[in-house]
Amino acid sequence: MGSIDWLGLLVDPNTQWILLGSILLGLSSGVLGSFAYLRKQSLMGDALAHAALPGVCIAFMLTGSKSIGFFLIGAAAAGLIATFGIGFVTRNTRIKQDSALGIVLSVFFGLGIVLLTQIQHGDSGNQSGLDKFLFGQAASMVHSDVVVMAAVALLLVVACSLLFKEFKLLSFDSGFAKGLGYPVALLDQLLMFLIVVAVVVGIQAVGVVLMSALLITPAVSARYWTEKVGVMVVLSGVFGSISGLIGTVASTAANNLPTGPLSVLAATMLFVVSVIFAPRRGVVSKALLQWSVRKSVLQEKKRAGAVLGTSSVPAQRGEEGQA
Amino acid sequence: MTTAVSPLSVQNLTVAYQKKPVLRDISFEIPEGKLIGIVGPNGAGKSTLIKAALGLIPRVTGEVTLYGRPYKEQRKLVGYVPQRESVDWDFPTSALDVVMMGRYGHLGWFKRPGAKEKELALACLEKVGMTDFADRQISQLSGGQQQRIFLARALAQDAQLYFMDEPFVGVDAATEKAIITLLNELKLQGKTVLVVHHDLSTVKEYFDWVMLLNVQLMALGPVDDVFTKDNLQRAYGGRLALLNRDDDAIIVSAR
Repeated sequence: MGSIDWLGLLVDPNTQWILLGSILLGLSSGVLGSFAYLRKQSLMGDALAHAALPGVCIAFMLTGSKSIGFFLIGAAAAGLIATFGIGFVTRNTRIKQDSALGIVLSVFFGLGIVLLTQIQHGDSGNQSGLDKFLFGQAASMVHSDVVVMAAVALLLVVACSLLFKEFKLLSFDSGFAKGLGYPVALLDQLLMFLIVVAVVVGIQAVGVVLMSALLITPAVSARYWTEKVGVMVVLSGVFGSISGLIGTVASTAANNLPTGPLSVLAATMLFVVSVIFAPRRGVVSKALLQWSVRKSVLQEKKRAGAVLGTSSVPAQRGEEGQA
Repeated sequence: MTTAVSPLSVQNLTVAYQKKPVLRDISFEIPEGKLIGIVGPNGAGKSTLIKAALGLIPRVTGEVTLYGRPYKEQRKLVGYVPQRESVDWDFPTSALDVVMMGRYGHLGWFKRPGAKEKELALACLEKVGMTDFADRQISQLSGGQQQRIFLARALAQDAQLYFMDEPFVGVDAATEKAIITLLNELKLQGKTVLVVHHDLSTVKEYFDWVMLLNVQLMALGPVDDVFTKDNLQRAYGGRLALLNRDDDAIIVSAR
């Protein structure tokens, strides 16, 4: 494929499908990622993404086919074992969750790489393209892959919007949710499972290594722009789909560069813009606020000093003092 | 006891976090329409008792019944105010939104809160004097205001029996007064309120009944009968400093 013919590229129906798939994938991972972020389980997405690799490899070795359905089963099983392993380590040893995550993540990823190398040295004729699972190659997807990916991604978004209220309460105050009779453990597992699904459908496009970035970075960026959960989730989805779109376009246009890293770079660019320019929470706006407060305080001091010779600043804001 | 069915009856409740029981063989029944303070030294299992009764943590043994029926069937009759520190107040949401969460149990699956829920939540915010802060992001509230938001959320649950886990900790005097006024209002409506409480000096003023707890149930009954020097000495061991004045034990400090 040439790297100049942009227009022709975008008109190509196959590319259009791939683009649609990437957008939907970014949308679903952004939406799910914001719940993971709000639950302070950002690293869990990372662990699940890495755990998916051996699962996918084993599924391929057993079935010999690159079917997304089998991959999903393999990755879900591996993800389940990983989360169970993390839970087991934190419960039964003095190791904290972050260390447990680190251990489990690297073990699963190491195993995945071993299996992947094994597969590539094997004589199965069907293994080509499996290495793309590391960093993703959207252009290598065939039409049916994209259809499945788009459908699953859409399903994830629908599930999240149906369970928005439940996931919100779970993220904010799981104790209260339990008191209301919510099956908190079940919802927790469900959210975990949805993240695994998002990771698996994203593997071909983005790869396991960087899938976690597409889960977390849009969510963190979105948090900068709003103080409302609903807006944050939608915005995170939008950021995710923009990242997926840019990553895919750049990847197909420029000599088949891997899609994953490009998408992540795009997401990171959005993140940097958010950190700097977001209203209220952004660096610029904070500096401006500080500057204006300082200016007004100094002015007031000057005025008070001119009248009374002392400085007195009247208390404002709120009816009561900080407890 | 006084009424036909007790709002909360606990039989042989034992809870253990690891091997060591935090609560041992607790059995009691409480009467309806009372403000009940749960008092005891640190690590006595006060919060654990509430959480175990609510089913938030597993019980080793024991039965909990609400109005004569198992807890699971009676969830909608219960309101809960967790400790303020149990959540992340930087969560992107408004005060009104948090209060509306009190209606989630009544809404059922998938249904989103609507105009009716909003109206009710606003009414609850008014009761705790927080109407002006409805749209405020929750991290922009003071500790006392956050506590009032949690209280308003429990009010939105429209319950018969309330559990409150240290609502007076870290709040200003105005909030403490607002809370106690509200508790008395709930009592007048015939509701029962259990409050985990730290400050022994205000027990007599705030509560009708008191429960003294130290892993085991030390005493339970009307404040005047139960909140005595002897009982407190028993519950707190030697960690209690008392000041006698006119035969009235005034507690100076307890740790």
